[in-house]
Amino acid sequence: MPTKHFGTLSVDVDAEGFMTDFSQWTKEIAAAIAKEEGIAELTPAHWKVIDFMHKEFKENGQVPSVRKLNKSGVISTKELYEIFPGGPAKKAAKIAGMKKPEGCV
Amino acid sequence: MEDKIKKVAIIISKGGLDGVYPGLIMANGARMEGIEASLFFTFFGLDAVIKKRMGKIKIATVGNPGMHMATMLGMLPGMSAMATSMMTKTMDKLDIPPIPEFIEMVADAGCKLYACKATVDMFKLKKEDFCPQVDSIINVGKFYEIAAGGHIIFT
Repeated sequence: MPTKHFGTLSVDVDAEGFMTDFSQWTKEIAAAIAKEEGIAELTPAHWKVIDFMHKEFKENGQVPSVRKLNKSGVISTKELYEIFPGGPAKKAAKIAGMKKPEGCV
Repeated sequence: MEDKIKKVAIIISKGGLDGVYPGLIMANGARMEGIEASLFFTFFGLDAVIKKRMGKIKIATVGNPGMHMATMLGMLPGMSAMATSMMTKTMDKLDIPPIPEFIEMVADAGCKLYACKATVDMFKLKKEDFCPQVDSIINVGKFYEIAAGGHIIFT
C-alpha cells in the first residue's frame, strides 16, 4: 500500500491519493493535502464542508454528494465549486481523509 | 497516462426522461471532474429548459422497448405518469435530482446552457419561454465555435 509523507507525518493512501485509514487523519494532514490540491489555505467555509462530510459518513457510511451539501444548507453548489476548484466532491473527500465518491452525481 | 479530457459539448436532442437525463448526468459529471462543459438543447430535448415543460417530463410507456411493457398495457391512462413517478422516486434516493433542480445544479456547477435556434424558430419559441439558466439561443455555427477544442457528445 502506498504511503504519502507530509513533513514528519505519513499516511496510507490508495493509487489516487485518497487516504485508506481515517484514523490517521488530522487537521494538519488535511491542510497538507489541500496544499497539494492547489488550495493554499483551508478557510472556515472549507471546514464547514469537511465537518459535514465527516458527520454524514459517520451517520450513513457514505460520502455526501454535491446535491446533499447544497440541500442541507451547508454550502451552495456555486460556492462549493469556487472554493474547491477543479472537482469539488472529489477534492473535498480527499482533504477530509475519505474514500473517493462513488456516485455519478 | 492518456491526456485528460478538458472540454466537452453535450447535445441533448431527445425528449422524455430517458432522453434528457443521460446528457445532464454527463454534463454534471464533467464539471465534477473539473472538465469545462456546455449543453446544447435541440428538438424535443428543448423541453428540459422550457419553463412550462421542464417539470412535466415523463417516460414513454408506449413505443419504448426498453420499458419491457406490452403496448396495450403501456397505453392505459396514467401508466406513463405512474412509471415516471416510480422512476423519479428511485432517482431521488440516488441523489439524482428532478429535471428543474438538475438544470439549476448543472448551471451552478459552471456548465453553460444553450438552446438551438432552428428548433426555437420551428416551435415559435421566445427567450422568455426558457428557464433563466439558458445563456442564449444559438445556431449550429455558434455551437461549433463554442465546442471548439473539445469533444462533442450527441445524446
